[in-house]
Amino acid sequence: MKTGFLIAGALALSATAASAQTLRIGLLDDPDLLDPAPGKSFVGRIVFQSMCDKLVDISPDLKIVPRLALSWETTEDGKVLTFKLRDGVTFQDGEPFNAAAVKYNIERDKTMPESIRKAELASVDTVEVIDPLTVRFNLKKPDSTLLAALTDRSGMMVAPEAAKQAGAKFGLNPVCSGPYKFVERVQQDHITLARDPNYWNAKAFSFEKIVFRTIPDSTARLASLRSGDLDIAERVEPTDVKELEAQKGFKVFSVVSLGYQGLTINVANGPASKAPIGQDKRIRQALSLAIDRQGLVDAAFDGQFVPAGQAVPPVSPYYSDKFPPPARDLDKAKALLKAAGVEHPVLNLRYTTSSRGQKVNEIIQAMAAEAGFDVKLVSTEFATQMKVQTDGDFEGSQIGWSGRPDPDGNIYSFYVCGGGLNDSHYCNQDVDKILGDARLTTDVAARKALYEKFNAIALDELPIIYLYFEKWIWGVTAKLQGFTPYPDGMIRLEGVKLAQ
Amino acid sequence: MSGVIPYVVRRALTALPTIAIFACFVFLLQKLLPGDPVLAMAGEDRDPATIAALRLQYHLDDPLPLQFLHWAKGALAGDLGESLRNHDTVIHLIAQKLPVTIELALLSTLFSLLIGIPAGILAAAKKGSVWDNLARGVALWGVSIPTFWFGIVLIIIVSVNLQWLPASGYASIAEDPWQNIRTMILPAFVLGNAQAGILMRHTRSSMLEVLRQDYVRTARAKGLSEMRVVMAHAFRNALGPLVTVTAVLLGQLLAGAVLTEQVFSIPGFGKMLVDAVFNRDYAVVQGVALCTGVGFIVLNLLADIAQLLLNPRLRAS
Repeated sequence: MKTGFLIAGALALSATAASAQTLRIGLLDDPDLLDPAPGKSFVGRIVFQSMCDKLVDISPDLKIVPRLALSWETTEDGKVLTFKLRDGVTFQDGEPFNAAAVKYNIERDKTMPESIRKAELASVDTVEVIDPLTVRFNLKKPDSTLLAALTDRSGMMVAPEAAKQAGAKFGLNPVCSGPYKFVERVQQDHITLARDPNYWNAKAFSFEKIVFRTIPDSTARLASLRSGDLDIAERVEPTDVKELEAQKGFKVFSVVSLGYQGLTINVANGPASKAPIGQDKRIRQALSLAIDRQGLVDAAFDGQFVPAGQAVPPVSPYYSDKFPPPARDLDKAKALLKAAGVEHPVLNLRYTTSSRGQKVNEIIQAMAAEAGFDVKLVSTEFATQMKVQTDGDFEGSQIGWSGRPDPDGNIYSFYVCGGGLNDSHYCNQDVDKILGDARLTTDVAARKALYEKFNAIALDELPIIYLYFEKWIWGVTAKLQGFTPYPDGMIRLEGVKLAQ
Repeated sequence: MSGVIPYVVRRALTALPTIAIFACFVFLLQKLLPGDPVLAMAGEDRDPATIAALRLQYHLDDPLPLQFLHWAKGALAGDLGESLRNHDTVIHLIAQKLPVTIELALLSTLFSLLIGIPAGILAAAKKGSVWDNLARGVALWGVSIPTFWFGIVLIIIVSVNLQWLPASGYASIAEDPWQNIRTMILPAFVLGNAQAGILMRHTRSSMLEVLRQDYVRTARAKGLSEMRVVMAHAFRNALGPLVTVTAVLLGQLLAGAVLTEQVFSIPGFGKMLVDAVFNRDYAVVQGVALCTGVGFIVLNLLADIAQLLLNPRLRAS
């Protein structure tokens, strides 16, 4: 009897002790507006993960799992998607979550002027409320990428009344339905969230408060972890990993990300595309073969990142073993250049100024020189780089993509004729048909076959030369338990606690 | 003292066109930069409909003089516009960051005064000796060391290894004064150290100039102790140039010490300004430039008034 009380007492004490904890997370960047509709930053998504629940989420192996939607079904023709919603969910201001709220959110994403979710939801025609817990999406045409889009900002649900009242300023005081609610923010310093006790799964979240601190300097961020001022530091530099792993009191988690880094070659965007490399795929193939991807990753990232030979990372069900990262082959590269009649092609390679960019591009320059390339490097800051690319004012550009759970997100806009991200202006009707068909079916095997057909063409014509996949690397205190790395780089706190 | 008030009024009046020209200049410089704020705002997916709507909303296609007038009209009415990136008003952003930057600037200047002036006095008083060389060596070291390197080294030694001070985690004075001091000591020291060298050199040369004067010889001849001669007579008169130099150094710090703020995660002006330039966040850059310009002008004015007060001979003109 007495031991029973003692144990109960001890459990109660430890529960309260645990629930008084604050988790401190160090971010590399300052999030932009905390509103899922116009939100564009990666770190903003990290904050949303704890603050704004979404209709569906992904598992560590990229399967779509229920969240605010419990189940879903598509009609035979793929044009109607119906969701059954979770019952008993309220927004952080007390508003009920229901089908009407879903309808409001999708329409907000599609019509709000600052919203950049419009392209992701382009296939949605109307949203119908069938009953409070059933909502129907009527699509203009079948879209197998829609569910994946709803695992991110397009599927995040904001409180309708709060959003209507705040208008464009909603992001200054966001109200969602996630496990943690917004408390305060000092721009470029920190964001504080506090536990919402009314959350439908509140007991899975042990922290009372989360503080996200913006510490852009990677050394300073790591120092803050090591000095005990942070519990989790995101995007630890790959060159710091071995040293951190050797320290007692800290753990390192890593996972290959959904995104890639590559070289985009201008094949048809204005006068700069007339350079030999833009006109002859053999020169592009030679460049790809001149690069020792493993060597690049070893030299620049202490071997922590992973060579890439296609747009989609190994964790994806659509990754194709038939297209491994090409090994270096200088002889073949030189032979290709000879056949193309340009043994010493000149390439003006542009990239965004950063110490990492400089390292990577100088290595590429040196490797390519051994095959006969004369690579000239030009670095500019980000906004100028964006303009340079859209204007076609480049021959080659070393740039990456943060990655999406669905392969379409890493491919479509880059390859279709006139695609929004197709800065190289590559245009091939066969590719357009294949990529269009891949959107129309949800059958994994069928889509995988289509993407293999796509790879056979794209990896031969090479408007984009894939270099490596980055890894998300988190440094955490050894006291952190229950942390699972996800390939989208998000920090999911369900079941995560700090040991005493 | 009667000449001081009209002097201040005259200076304030001439400051106005200076600020107006400065604001115009900053505006033009920004617009000369390549790159498109809306493209920077539109995110990775670059939806063309959104881009067009945003350009319209923020008057980005209007002719330049119109855009500037639009801003100037708002500024005169007290509305400095909004950040394109997060819709926070520029006034609110400045209100959050300015106290931080002012605090860092004042603390750094305090450090540089505490290190630089005694070193300069010592160097001048013991010219040619070991102390002089030591002081000049310290000054050279302070000015040569890169602030971000020194900052990181201090963080690693003091925060990570010795665990004496936090590596980050700024709190405002109002919220948590103790944490505030703990997070400001290292960055203030780093910045102060860099400027101490400059102050030391100016103090030394100003003191040497004064120590050569006849009245100093007279004071010594009267039998006053060396300490009294140096401190009470020489230093008092060497203060003039030092006030001006300090005002200039303080003014520079008001623009924000970008690298130090970055390394120590201090949410001041510098970081905000640099980010705003990269994001082409015009309103924020204009607002910060305006603030800094006004601050600089005020500081110079205060320095000149201090000169008037210190040196009665100047008041006659």
